Amino acid sequence: MRVLIPKSKPSKGAVGKTGLWRTSKPVVNHDKCIKCVICWAFCPETTIFRFQDNSVDIDYEYCKGCGVCANECPVNAIEMVED
Amino acid sequence: MSIIEEKKGVSNVKVVTANEAVALAVKCAKVDVVGAYPISPQTSIMEYLTKYIETENLSMEIVRVESEHSAMAVAMGAASVGARAFTATASQGLLYMAEMVYWVGGSRLPVVMAITSRAMGAPWILGNEHTDVLLPREWGWMVLFPEHNQEVFDTIIQAYRIADKTLIPVVVGLDGFILSHTTMPISIPDQSVIDSFIPKDVPKPYALNTSNPFTHGNAVHSNVYLEFRYDIFRTIEESEDLVDQVDKEWEKLTGRSYGGVIEEYLLDDAEVAIVVIGASSGDAKQAAKNVREKYGIKAGVIRLRSIRPFPVKRLSQIASKLKAIGVFDRNMSPGLGGMIATEVKFALYDLKDKPIVQSYIGGLGGKDVRIVDFEKIFTELKEIVDGRIGVQRVRWVGLDLAAVDSYFEEV
Amino acid sequence: MIEIKFLGRGGQGAVTAANLIVQASFKEGKFGLAYPSFGAERRGAILNAYARIDQIPINVHQQIYEPDVVVVLDKKILQMTNIVEGLKPGGSVIINTNRIPEDLNFDGKLFIVDATRICLDLNLVISGWPVVNTAILGALSKATNIVNINTLVKTIEENWKGEIGKKNSQACLRAYEETYEVVLKNLVRG
Repeated sequence: MRVLIPKSKPSKGAVGKTGLWRTSKPVVNHDKCIKCVICWAFCPETTIFRFQDNSVDIDYEYCKGCGVCANECPVNAIEMVED
Repeated sequence: MSIIEEKKGVSNVKVVTANEAVALAVKCAKVDVVGAYPISPQTSIMEYLTKYIETENLSMEIVRVESEHSAMAVAMGAASVGARAFTATASQGLLYMAEMVYWVGGSRLPVVMAITSRAMGAPWILGNEHTDVLLPREWGWMVLFPEHNQEVFDTIIQAYRIADKTLIPVVVGLDGFILSHTTMPISIPDQSVIDSFIPKDVPKPYALNTSNPFTHGNAVHSNVYLEFRYDIFRTIEESEDLVDQVDKEWEKLTGRSYGGVIEEYLLDDAEVAIVVIGASSGDAKQAAKNVREKYGIKAGVIRLRSIRPFPVKRLSQIASKLKAIGVFDRNMSPGLGGMIATEVKFALYDLKDKPIVQSYIGGLGGKDVRIVDFEKIFTELKEIVDGRIGVQRVRWVGLDLAAVDSYFEEV
Repeated sequence: MIEIKFLGRGGQGAVTAANLIVQASFKEGKFGLAYPSFGAERRGAILNAYARIDQIPINVHQQIYEPDVVVVLDKKILQMTNIVEGLKPGGSVIINTNRIPEDLNFDGKLFIVDATRICLDLNLVISGWPVVNTAILGALSKATNIVNINTLVKTIEENWKGEIGKKNSQACLRAYEETYEVVLKNLVRG
């Protein structure tokens, strides 16, 4: 018998491409970045990629542009710019 | 609609959402105590009420509580001492409140509750569906279901009149989102009209009184419980005429009425009709007009305003002249049919010349029900009458299983 | 019956715009009904609001599939969805933008207005978002004359007293003045 089960599987973007909600976007200045990964830890939507060497980048498909990362960065290496 | 006359200069017309219409009616009914707990799509009713208290210096008391169960407990406590009480909820909130809802019904306390209809989880959902509003019909409450914002206002007022008279609490259901959040013009009668229609100095044999102490709902034995339930049954059964009469009296005062228990639309010469409740009735009426013009189908609409009392008498009179009825349910009784359809069949079974009754289910969880959907129901009913297609236990409206293909599992 | 679809983003006031147009129409003796598309409120996400206006009371609640008028409150929406989907032939589209959209092509009229700049000039900004709803209604009045601009101004000032009401009615009036029609280039009439 085939049965419908309302499973929610872990997946990116359960409500779609949330990057479309943005008005301004964070841009990482890699020269200033000290690889502390504080932004990665604070991002409420886990839209910051963390690489092997602890460098970071933004997943613009899903970043909502809230600005928490720019606010938390201890060396002001993230700037919010108009999207 | 008398609002047409009123636009010619009568001042007290407001353009409001149905939720604000509820709040305005509660204010005009001079409700004493409101139990308040938020849930979409009901929350703005409480927001409007708090605004009125703040800005208009009302003596109404809003008690903010920690759950819907307590919201109804507050309303029950207030009503037990003779205060006019109100609360509102929806969906999961009603389920959590359920125990107290049943207690209020059994205690014969004239509480009025608005339910902004919403489907229930799982899966988690916000959209409109009538199952929640219909549940208290088994819990010793009356259930009325207005169609548009003006009728929402008027029905809340009528509900207090009915509750005070019968000592049966009343649910006023309104379509979540598609009515609760829709803005429409409404006309508000003079306060003196409302005061005379629902006076507060009515007999209150249920009101607690320290000089003649009693309490509500204490333990009884099985030799009288059946009798208490019978009395609730009988009162609701006999209220069909009362709902009609209250609506007629309201018309004398305001010029507005809605047919009492049933609003009849294009039924004089109708062969087929749709039974429907709530906001979608407007779309069904438009469809009836359309199929009359396009295909010459003699179509009409039976809008049930009252689910409890279930209008057995009026429905039987109407149905005996029809060949087929399609009951559109925005709810379901799993495995059986639409909840209203099963009741319509029960009500009509003993009729000598009964029409064919076809159950339709659709619009669950807020899926849009379109005028073309109702047109299709009318054409199908005509085909059933002509013997070209048969009756099915349920015909589904807008069902699209391909959309959920990935959720299927083999068991 | 005229059916209007507002496409906005959470925080821009599309729902209020739809409500105001109904209130204003009612002042002119017309009937209306306005409602939002539903879901959890999310700032910045695309959302629709709808309004129906007619000479007689309206009691139809199905969603609007074939609008007569589409009002776009944010130019970014042009990238998110096909704004002219379902538009009735000869219908009107009003867009808040500071540049003429090049690749739009449909059977109807296109009007544009820079409502965002008007709101920034007047400091009509809430939580960082220019609230363009009252301005875009001025544009709607200019483009379609569904409601008179004076009725709109009156309605706005009734809804918001004092300075904020004044600012909003100024935005509405300025947008009315600054709205212009763009002749579509590669127009193919169906």
